Amino acid sequence: MEKSEILSLSAVGLGAAVRSGKTTAVEATEAVLEQIEEYDGEYRCYVTVDPEGALRKAALVQKRIEAGELTGPLAGVPVALKDNLCTAGMRTTCSSKMLENYVPAFSAEAVRNLERAGAVIIGKTNMDEFAMGSTTETSYFGVTKNPRNPQHVPGGSSGGSAAAVAARECFFALGSDTGGSIRQPASYCGVVGMKPTYGTVSRYGLVTYGSSLDQIGPLTGNVEDCAVVMEQIASYDRKDSTSLRREDTDFSRALVEDVKGMKIGIPQDYFREGLDPQVRAAVLKAAAVLREKGAVTEEFDLSLVEYAIPAYYTIASAEASSNLERFDGIKYGFRAGGEEGLHQMYKKTRSLGFGPEVKRRIMLGSFVLSSGYYDAYYLKALRVKAMIKEAFDRAFAKYDCILGPVAPTTAPKLDASLSDPMKMYLGDIYTISVNLAGLPAISLPCGTDSRGLPIGLHLIGDSYQEKKLLRIAYTYERTGGVV
Amino acid sequence: MGIAMADNITNETIDYVSILAKLELTGEEREGARRDMCRMLEYIDKMSELDTEGVEPMSHVFPLQNVFREDEVTGGDGSGDTLKNAPGERENMFLVPRTFD
Repeated sequence: MEKSEILSLSAVGLGAAVRSGKTTAVEATEAVLEQIEEYDGEYRCYVTVDPEGALRKAALVQKRIEAGELTGPLAGVPVALKDNLCTAGMRTTCSSKMLENYVPAFSAEAVRNLERAGAVIIGKTNMDEFAMGSTTETSYFGVTKNPRNPQHVPGGSSGGSAAAVAARECFFALGSDTGGSIRQPASYCGVVGMKPTYGTVSRYGLVTYGSSLDQIGPLTGNVEDCAVVMEQIASYDRKDSTSLRREDTDFSRALVEDVKGMKIGIPQDYFREGLDPQVRAAVLKAAAVLREKGAVTEEFDLSLVEYAIPAYYTIASAEASSNLERFDGIKYGFRAGGEEGLHQMYKKTRSLGFGPEVKRRIMLGSFVLSSGYYDAYYLKALRVKAMIKEAFDRAFAKYDCILGPVAPTTAPKLDASLSDPMKMYLGDIYTISVNLAGLPAISLPCGTDSRGLPIGLHLIGDSYQEKKLLRIAYTYERTGGVV
Repeated sequence: MGIAMADNITNETIDYVSILAKLELTGEEREGARRDMCRMLEYIDKMSELDTEGVEPMSHVFPLQNVFREDEVTGGDGSGDTLKNAPGERENMFLVPRTFD
């Protein structure tokens, strides 16, 4: 097959083409590597690309496909991994100076699942440092640009993964979502992204940011790919104590074009001040399309929306300050020189190894956990979290899914966000409560604004209800957004 | 429980927190950290408006129990690969700066 023809395929489409002998894993890998060669100088989706390793792996996978040993939908399909997913033998930096030269001795369980399925790892994608940020501009390795318009950010923190999918520099990617870090860049880059129910995908080998919030998920070109990748990466894992045993991970069975009678709640609190009118119009139009297809929509008040950001930043920063204690310059990662003694070395290492946003959150986290403030901030936030979860429980007693925007605006321009961190945090208003409540949610394209920048539709489900989300998303996608 | 902390972040607070965080902030960074923390806490203080009396703090969305299992070696000895990442290494051990005088 021609390179352009290969690159026009979805992940599932490519898998089928490889299995039927129309193309090969090696050809597909070469096509992606050429695409990276051509475009990544500008977009900078990747921190690390491994052409030799990928081609070697592709040749091996191709043999196993031909021998009938690999028969799954993703065999021979090139994948990009966010650079906070550990890959044995391939450096894993979290886009931080701290881990610039870190080469893990093991791979994340989600990565191993993909390898077992025969996917070919192309490289590691850029991200906000330690996944802290919403623009991929806090990366130590420079900014990633949005392939839809390179003057704009790709979103974050999984910005490199979303951009790589949008630029066809891979067939699908994995990201991680702590407060919206898969869904928001998916929205900005015009691709599909899913955050699964907490515990569905093992976090083993994911460099942790906020352990109670982090979840790995797919970024893909369409809803079918999303379901198929979900099916491959979801697994019970005894190495992750929060891993769930689920029987219902046959997500591709949810790819049914039918939403008749499904109840969709539209939270009015998601459509108030701060929401760009064009985003609002596109999202409400998507609701109208789903109504036309037989879904029942109803407006309601979710409540507590304005308390989600304070609770989130308290909890996430607290967990981050604790989790990032491990970066002390002893066992791996950066160490600041000098022989002034152990404690001085710790401090120097951390001060020089972490960027400003990471230090900001470690400081806040250390404060809210400190003696005298723990109850007023950290425990308070955990109480607010309980109330937010209850508000969702009430909503899901009535609705199959909640529909709204992913982010208040389309992708901001480069350099426009970091000067005001609070403003950047407010951009997470629709996505973070999902992480606090451990719920699944999907972002999929539902139009563009007048500048041609993609707009994302956000569907939130009750725990374990990914299939409902996939069914609604699939049905919407099949309409092409037209009533 | 509304303590409005945002106004009370002094340089001393920042110095104390940076000891907890094991970070060494330069003069400029220190002022920036104070400003940032004030702004963030001002926002976070919004939580104090909510009456959370009687609400149990929720650390986890699913009821989690300790999972016990036998402590068996499954991965084998990875010390060689592990030490490759060490900033300092000698005779199969991590090399660290002098800890005791």
